[in-house]
Amino acid sequence: MIYLAIVFLPLAGALIAGLFGRVIGDRPSEIVSTALLMIAAVLSWIVFIQVGYDHETARVPIMRWITSGELDASWSLRIDTLTSVMLVVVTTVSSLVHLYSIGYMHEDPARSRFFAYLSLFTFAMLMLVTSDNLVQMFFGWEGVGLASYLLIGFWYHKPSANAAAIKAFVVNRVGDFGFALGIFGCFMVFNTVNLDTIFEAAKGMEGQPMNFLGFQLDTLTVLCLLLFMGAMGKSAQFLLHTWLPDAMEGPTPVSALIHAATMVTAGVFMVARLSPLFEHAPIARDVVLYIGAITAFFAATVGLVQNDIKRVVAYSTCSQLGYMFVACGLGAYGAAIFHLFTHAFFKALLFLGSGSVIHAMHHEQDMRNMGGLASKIPFTYYAMIIGTLALTGVGFPHLIGFAGFYSKDAIIEAAYAAPALPKTVFWIVTFAAFLTAFYSWRLIFMTFHGKTRAAPDVYKHAHESPWTMLVPLAVLALGSIAAGFVFAGEFVGHHYKEFWANSIYEGPNNHIMHDMHQIPEWVYWAPFFAMASGFGLSWLYYIGAPWLPEATARTFKPVYLFLLNKWYFDELYDWLFVKPTMALGRFLWKSGDGAVIDGTIDGTARGVQWTTGRAVKLQTGYIYHYAFAMLIGVAAILTFFLRSLLTGGAGQ
Amino acid sequence: MTVATSPILSIVTFLPLLGALFIAFLPRNAGGDRNARHTALYTTIFTFAISLLIWINFDPRTADFQFVEDAAWIGPFRYKMGVDGISMLFVILTTFLMPLCILASWDSVKLRVKEYMIAFLVLETLMIGVFCALDLMLFYLFFEAGLIPMFLIIGVWGGKRRVYASFKFFLYTLLGSVLMLLAMFAMFSTAGTADIPTLIEVGASKFSREMQWWLFLAFLASFAVKMPMWPVHTWLPDAHVEAPTAGSVILAGILLKMGGYGFLRFSLPMFPIASQELAPFVFTLSVIAIVYTSLVALAQEDIKKLIAYSSVAHMGFVTMGIFTFQQQGIDGAIFQMLSHGIVSAALFLCVGIIYDRMHTREIAAYGGLADRMPIYATVLMIFTMANVGLPGTSGFVGEFLTLVGAFKVNTWVALFATTGVILSAAYALYLYRRVVFGALEKANLKSIKDMNAREIAIMVPLVFLTILFGFYPALLLDVMAVSVKQLVMNFEAAVSQSTALNALNAQ
Repeated sequence: MIYLAIVFLPLAGALIAGLFGRVIGDRPSEIVSTALLMIAAVLSWIVFIQVGYDHETARVPIMRWITSGELDASWSLRIDTLTSVMLVVVTTVSSLVHLYSIGYMHEDPARSRFFAYLSLFTFAMLMLVTSDNLVQMFFGWEGVGLASYLLIGFWYHKPSANAAAIKAFVVNRVGDFGFALGIFGCFMVFNTVNLDTIFEAAKGMEGQPMNFLGFQLDTLTVLCLLLFMGAMGKSAQFLLHTWLPDAMEGPTPVSALIHAATMVTAGVFMVARLSPLFEHAPIARDVVLYIGAITAFFAATVGLVQNDIKRVVAYSTCSQLGYMFVACGLGAYGAAIFHLFTHAFFKALLFLGSGSVIHAMHHEQDMRNMGGLASKIPFTYYAMIIGTLALTGVGFPHLIGFAGFYSKDAIIEAAYAAPALPKTVFWIVTFAAFLTAFYSWRLIFMTFHGKTRAAPDVYKHAHESPWTMLVPLAVLALGSIAAGFVFAGEFVGHHYKEFWANSIYEGPNNHIMHDMHQIPEWVYWAPFFAMASGFGLSWLYYIGAPWLPEATARTFKPVYLFLLNKWYFDELYDWLFVKPTMALGRFLWKSGDGAVIDGTIDGTARGVQWTTGRAVKLQTGYIYHYAFAMLIGVAAILTFFLRSLLTGGAGQ
Repeated sequence: MTVATSPILSIVTFLPLLGALFIAFLPRNAGGDRNARHTALYTTIFTFAISLLIWINFDPRTADFQFVEDAAWIGPFRYKMGVDGISMLFVILTTFLMPLCILASWDSVKLRVKEYMIAFLVLETLMIGVFCALDLMLFYLFFEAGLIPMFLIIGVWGGKRRVYASFKFFLYTLLGSVLMLLAMFAMFSTAGTADIPTLIEVGASKFSREMQWWLFLAFLASFAVKMPMWPVHTWLPDAHVEAPTAGSVILAGILLKMGGYGFLRFSLPMFPIASQELAPFVFTLSVIAIVYTSLVALAQEDIKKLIAYSSVAHMGFVTMGIFTFQQQGIDGAIFQMLSHGIVSAALFLCVGIIYDRMHTREIAAYGGLADRMPIYATVLMIFTMANVGLPGTSGFVGEFLTLVGAFKVNTWVALFATTGVILSAAYALYLYRRVVFGALEKANLKSIKDMNAREIAIMVPLVFLTILFGFYPALLLDVMAVSVKQLVMNFEAAVSQSTALNALNAQ
């Protein structure tokens, strides 16, 4: 019952706000949907304790869904540690974002619709993380995609928001193309879509070839890579990342919930959930590892030079997701989910903090028009500081630190400890940690410190946000401080095996969760120094010597432009995919359908018309003639049939 | 008399004709028009209600034909009716869509109302007949005669280029029909019977391999045009564009399904060897249909044309699914046809709603409708999502199952067909954005009104079913499961028998 309540209370909220919002009014819609989510969040924490510490797992069948031959995908809930962690993340952040939105969206005329979408999103996300088969996971997967599309395009008057919404949906569909093929493949290989059965059979499939596109390829590698394509789309990994920065067109609470804490982490969840498959597909895991490492680095470089406060945080999210995939690729799923867990707190905090800044500045998002806001909005300022400390992983090895310190450093350490792997990945993620510290503090300095660059009247009217917005900041700040040291022992420490139990699978040769604690002392300090030097350099650039950024940009102009334009991916894809597709569509329409096919048909038609045109007036009357002709035809045919019968056609 | 023994299929088939007859005697004036509308509406609603008895009394545990009626007719041809798990739901789909069509034409049709209603009621009789007929000649009569009212609906109540469109529609279909008729004649002379259940049983063994090829190709000519399959699809966009809204609904909702139904009723069971050997050819056409027409849809400037092209792409999934010869593929194909019957019908009704207000189908003439038409925006969003196959809508189940089936048979086919999910998202959302989103700037849109009570009443059942079948498709899948299983088993038996025979001959 408690499980059903967690999943379906948000749906109830969505339906109430969506269908009856107009009748009951905006405020009741807000209160009802927020309250329902808060109940779901409380229940989730109860479940988390029950499952994570008391090891109560469950399967809750709901009803049949798609049955066809041996294919049997049912609606059901799967509750284990991995799910319970996700439940906590999703409902906690979602309920806080609901609360925050009451303040943030208070001037919007379509608030019921907004809350309906938020709750709908939460429902879909919960269906995703509780799924017991691949098809229900796909349902949640596409469901969150729909909600994301609706929320990015929430302000539908803005052309840029509409474009971003479509881009998000279509790029995600590119990923889902792979995910779907992966599901088809799983069904072909395992004759089922249910996770437990697949997991049991996976071991026996190791090294078995399958026919894919005419090639004999390793079965599990093919399946994992196809499924991972879905993860790349949803989690905005390198090559399929282009939609995430644009998604910042949506209202900021949406960015916090969907594009930082929950939906974009679905890919990481998926790989962890499917660890019994990935553990037997080493090549696929290497791909996960390198894609993650490239993303962590690439997104961090772009984040260095962005001026829109939300875009900086967005690229940061993209980069941190890369870290999580690095952990997955290494086989350190516990570390991946741990980072997912802590990241949800501090990244949601940073987004909601940015929202508070934007709110204070009357929808100004460009950091070049900010500065000196610390004294104006001190609560937001300190919340953002805590978020930044957590994100950059401030902490002292073997001692204590903020949330990100435990989770991110665990990944970096695992990268060092990985057997039979050049240390490239370790250096990449360590360097990315340096970049993270730089751009994160740059954001703080440009926004809150120095003399203000805002218009005088905007600056004068900058005000702290209402309590509905500050309470979520406070809660998330608490999480950003404490989520690390409270849970490190369970997620990645000595109790990790009992904690994760059977929800995560480790192959017989996978000792990474053990090896990551057996590393030289300097490795513990490497991320610390990366973080500290990033902070130092950032301070120098934006506080110490403020003329430096411009000078650097001028000196390294090509590099600066390359980063500012996000490695020119949008331009490349536009040139490579969007324009040719549209042109091809027009060509096939005008030339294929028009000239070739219709040309042939019309030619024939004209011939017929020419002969009949003499006898029949080409007015409505002509249609009756044709109808009549057809009847005569039918009659003639019937006669013909009968005649041939009488002459013994069927006599055989 | 119980439902099982009563001639319920004949009753459902000919009730609309009775209504049409009644309308024919109404006076030609305003009062007569009003009565014609009401008569048509009540007739179709009543027919739908009775047809539900078929579903309620249908036994899904057997693959046999049910509610069979058999009477002497013309010479060796019999008046034989009956339904199985493959055809039964199409009957219900037809009777379900009809009242909505009448309602959708309530205000928009002002000329020759009597004739319009008669045409629709006659069309209903003929369409139901197609799905019930169990005799070659009877089937042919229903199948072909259905063209006439449709032809009239487009030609008389259509748009500006209605003559061209109806002409094209006619020409295309005629060619296929002639070939199918010849094939039927050949079947009759070879097998000595026109009884469809018998032909299903013995067809595979009575027709030699070569003959199966010719028969298959002849039937393909007819069904491919109906589906329509690439490259004989170009009549459809023109026909849709010119047809009145209700005409489009029937065209997309029912008439397109006759091709797919024909493959399942005739081609697979009666010509299994040819089906097996020509499957790669059908796959190729299906995949081209999915990719090609999706791309073409992307470039459209006319709302109806765009949806018409999207229909062709969706029918590509159907032909692909059927020719996988797998339970999932065929279940998926039938489900896709039923779902498309609901979703595309709804989409055309949505176009009709704004066309009635603005009298243009040009995409560029719209924009920002969400401001003044929030209900419409929501409804259209639901059907747009169903059209792109979002899980949780009926559109997903069919696409998913056909692709599952295709992947087992040929990964290349599945790969190309799955690109359809990307392209459909692109064209459907791009359309939605241009019509509904954006700022409401065009002066003549500023006073546009949201859906009225009649329009909402039309949409509510469609929305409900789209979501119901998305979450609980078992309602439909259970009906077809046994019949499809039987079809697949017979097919496999026939193919393996022929392979064994070939091996024997080779020795």
